[in-house]
Amino acid sequence: MMTTRQTLSDASIASVETPPGHDEAGLGLSPTMAALKRARKHHGLKIGFGILLVMAVFALFAPWLAPHDPYMQNLSLRMLPPVWTEGGSWEYLLGTDHLGRDYLSRLIHGARISMTIGLGAASIGAVIGVTLGLIAGYFGGWIDQAVNFLVTCQLAVPSLLLIMALVFVIGQSVTVVIFVIGATHWVFYLVVTRSATLRLRELDFVAAANAMGCSKFQIAVREVLPNLVNQIMVIFTLEVAVAILNEATLSFLGLGIPSPLPSWGLMIAEGKTAMFFQPWLVILPGIALFILVIAINLLGDGVRDVTVTNRRN
Amino acid sequence: MSTASILDIQDLSVEIPTDSATLKAVRGISLDLKRGETLGIVGESGSGKSMIALAIMNLLPPSARRAAASINFDGSDLAHAGERELAMKVRGQRIGMIFQEPMTSLNPVYSIGRQLTETMTLHRKVSRAEAEKRAIYLLEKVGLPDPASRLKQYPHELSGGQRQRVMIAMALMNEPELLIADEPTTALDVTIQAQILYLLQDLQKELGMSMILITHDLGVVSRSADKIAVMYAGDIVETGTAEEVLRNPQHPYTQGLLECVPGYRGDAAHRLGSIPGIVPSMTGTIRGCAFASRCPRVVDACKTEVLPRKQLGPGRTYVCHDPDATRNQSTADLHSAANEVPVELPKTPGEKVLTVDGVSCTFSVRRGLFGKRRSLKALDNVSLDIRKGEVLALVGESGCGKTTLSRTIMGLQQPDAGSVSLGQHEISTLPAWQRARMIQPIFQDPYSSLNPRKTIGDIIGRPLVVNHIGTKPEQLAKVHKMMEHVGLPRRVFNSYPDQLSGGQRQRAAIGRALIMDPEIVICDEPTSALDVSVQAQILNLLLDLRDELDLTYLFVTHDLSVVQHMADRVAVMYLGEIVECGERRQVLTSPKHPYTRALLDSALSISPDLSVPAPGLSGEFPNPMNRPYGCPFHPRCPMAEQQCREEVPRPEIIDTTFVKCWKARTFSHQAKHH
Repeated sequence: MMTTRQTLSDASIASVETPPGHDEAGLGLSPTMAALKRARKHHGLKIGFGILLVMAVFALFAPWLAPHDPYMQNLSLRMLPPVWTEGGSWEYLLGTDHLGRDYLSRLIHGARISMTIGLGAASIGAVIGVTLGLIAGYFGGWIDQAVNFLVTCQLAVPSLLLIMALVFVIGQSVTVVIFVIGATHWVFYLVVTRSATLRLRELDFVAAANAMGCSKFQIAVREVLPNLVNQIMVIFTLEVAVAILNEATLSFLGLGIPSPLPSWGLMIAEGKTAMFFQPWLVILPGIALFILVIAINLLGDGVRDVTVTNRRN
Repeated sequence: MSTASILDIQDLSVEIPTDSATLKAVRGISLDLKRGETLGIVGESGSGKSMIALAIMNLLPPSARRAAASINFDGSDLAHAGERELAMKVRGQRIGMIFQEPMTSLNPVYSIGRQLTETMTLHRKVSRAEAEKRAIYLLEKVGLPDPASRLKQYPHELSGGQRQRVMIAMALMNEPELLIADEPTTALDVTIQAQILYLLQDLQKELGMSMILITHDLGVVSRSADKIAVMYAGDIVETGTAEEVLRNPQHPYTQGLLECVPGYRGDAAHRLGSIPGIVPSMTGTIRGCAFASRCPRVVDACKTEVLPRKQLGPGRTYVCHDPDATRNQSTADLHSAANEVPVELPKTPGEKVLTVDGVSCTFSVRRGLFGKRRSLKALDNVSLDIRKGEVLALVGESGCGKTTLSRTIMGLQQPDAGSVSLGQHEISTLPAWQRARMIQPIFQDPYSSLNPRKTIGDIIGRPLVVNHIGTKPEQLAKVHKMMEHVGLPRRVFNSYPDQLSGGQRQRAAIGRALIMDPEIVICDEPTSALDVSVQAQILNLLLDLRDELDLTYLFVTHDLSVVQHMADRVAVMYLGEIVECGERRQVLTSPKHPYTRALLDSALSISPDLSVPAPGLSGEFPNPMNRPYGCPFHPRCPMAEQQCREEVPRPEIIDTTFVKCWKARTFSHQAKHH
């Protein structure tokens, strides 16, 4: 940790002393160094990264950080309000749920499952959608039509119904939920990737790559894909939130995460019954979800800003 | 101020605030235009010439700030007129405007008729019928056949040249006193350009309009303008009549610019001049002369003192410290170092390195899923050969099949018939890597030919990586050496393409093409997206590299002055066929095909004493889907006879020149006597 920080600050000092864009070899900063340098100045990126880091730490070390056992029921302490409202106690900072389980501990443990599902499902969707989109856009013709047919089918079948059917057939577990949600949320990626690829493949740098003997795979991955990062990033941040909420819906229907396991979506679903009497049961996991999505958004925007250069010399 | 002045601008400035600084696009310029006169505003991209036009009309982007002592248009001050007054009484009414892009300046969802009549019914109390009558009259005037039925057509049904004619008609609907044309022909082919300019000149005389012609093309301005204002970095550096400015330029920038134009100084025996350096940043104030950093005659005072505007005669001014000292020196000596090295005369032709034998290429085009398939013959029995070390120019208008031919030669397009061979090997039998090491392309638009997400070093070295040539350090060394070769500074190695100027990008593209030491380089309009001064640098670079690296070029272009400067041999294409091919001097001085003649006539060299020639060609470039029967050129040919309409011309060789025309012998005979 210390050493990385050291080299980073060295680089920024060096770049202050020499004229901008120069280093000892006279080549200008390498792309990675330049991106890191910009990242250090980008507040959105730093905030987003910081929040995610904190959440990840909580998720990883949940058993040690959570004050109580998240599964421990205590029916005499049901529906305790948070500490700042009347009747709250310091013992249970965020109160308890309808079974008397500590809400803070459940939120911390829930971060594990929600983050895994959100990031995992959105990534799986991205892999499927981007791959198909690149193939459809780059090759066109009957391949494109076939992929488009697939999209039409996916859009025609209500995805929730499909997810329910799949979970029912395969069985209920976190892994299954991730894969099933991921496999039904790739259409946005595909539509965007495909149309951008259609535009990019007509550009001369693709022709130049062709002329230098690149294979089709090399062109798609090395030339076209890097130009799609921005669009993919935007959709990714959207899909993370969608995936987490989808898991909540599934859990609500009893097909998501098996019940005693805490997840933010499940907590919202469970709290819904008592929403009008104890609104924080819904608000608290809602806020956690909101912060996670905001952090991913900030990070995504930041990564885009840092990796794209639009400044002329 | 003269009584006959129609537009008098005093001290006009335009500032555009950006995130980091304020861009001073126009810096206190003054202009004066008389009734019936044409003023040409010349300058390279970014010099602020379009901003002047927009400022007059108050059509600047919303963030821009305009300041002017006065913009006096025929007695009324536009600088202080309200937006409403401008919109109601001036814009489109007394001042008409034509924009560069005919493809985007018409609204695609309204018919031509509606767009034409709207301008008139909006401004005047006229009936629709009356407006339609005038629209038909004007469409006829601008040379659109069958004008009455055009009114019901939509923009997509017209070609680029036709749309530009409609734009002109639209600008003329209300009989404006002043017409502002912003690069009106830049997006068009040469023959169409000549037609449009001729039309504008004609209409101007007839209607007694004044005109401001904004262009980067010195040839265009020399033929069309009475007066010229040369712009550099937001300021007008020289004014005068076209004759004065172009024949006896005073400002070193004007002189440098003229030296950059291929053909300005006669035949190809000289290297092109060049203006070193780049345009200074337009943000903030510029101390002293904006051109000082690039000027060959710079003295210390240029960098610090505010410049006087010198008056040589009425309307003849320039801003420069003291060019008088070198005034009598011919402009040639100013850039002497560059100019004294004559370009080598064409070497004795080497062996054939590339043979194109009877290549045909047909695309089948289908509109929609259930549309009828129609065939488009892009190449029709094309044969060519290129010898080692020569530059073969391939000339033709857009749609003639130039690009398909170059793609076929690179092996990216399979021909239906015929073959392309590199040396002894047929190209379709070569593996991709071997083909790539023998033949490489350079594209027209350096903004799309470089991947925006890769660094320059990556881009130039990519062919080596793809083809596994050399070890990592060897590849790196080679990239550095190539960057030096093409004149890129080391510090751009890790820059992205959008951090480079257009010229630097094109240098990077050239570096990428040459890094595998190909024998043949296909240059597809490599300079047509660049400014004149940058074009000169790139053309010089290409010629230098040819000598250094023993390259052979196939130079695809529409610009005959570039052909004149670069080529050893010329092939002229029309509708997928080569209609004439021979030695440059032969083809350009005594063309055998009427199409070549027409192209030559349409090319506007810098000659202020000549006007735009009357177009020799009738009609437009035909749609390749409906190829004319017989000789493909006959519908436009002034010499077409029965035989041309019925039979495809047989190729023949006249004085070593290959030509495909029934009338070639009589035509070249006539031309000689002409």
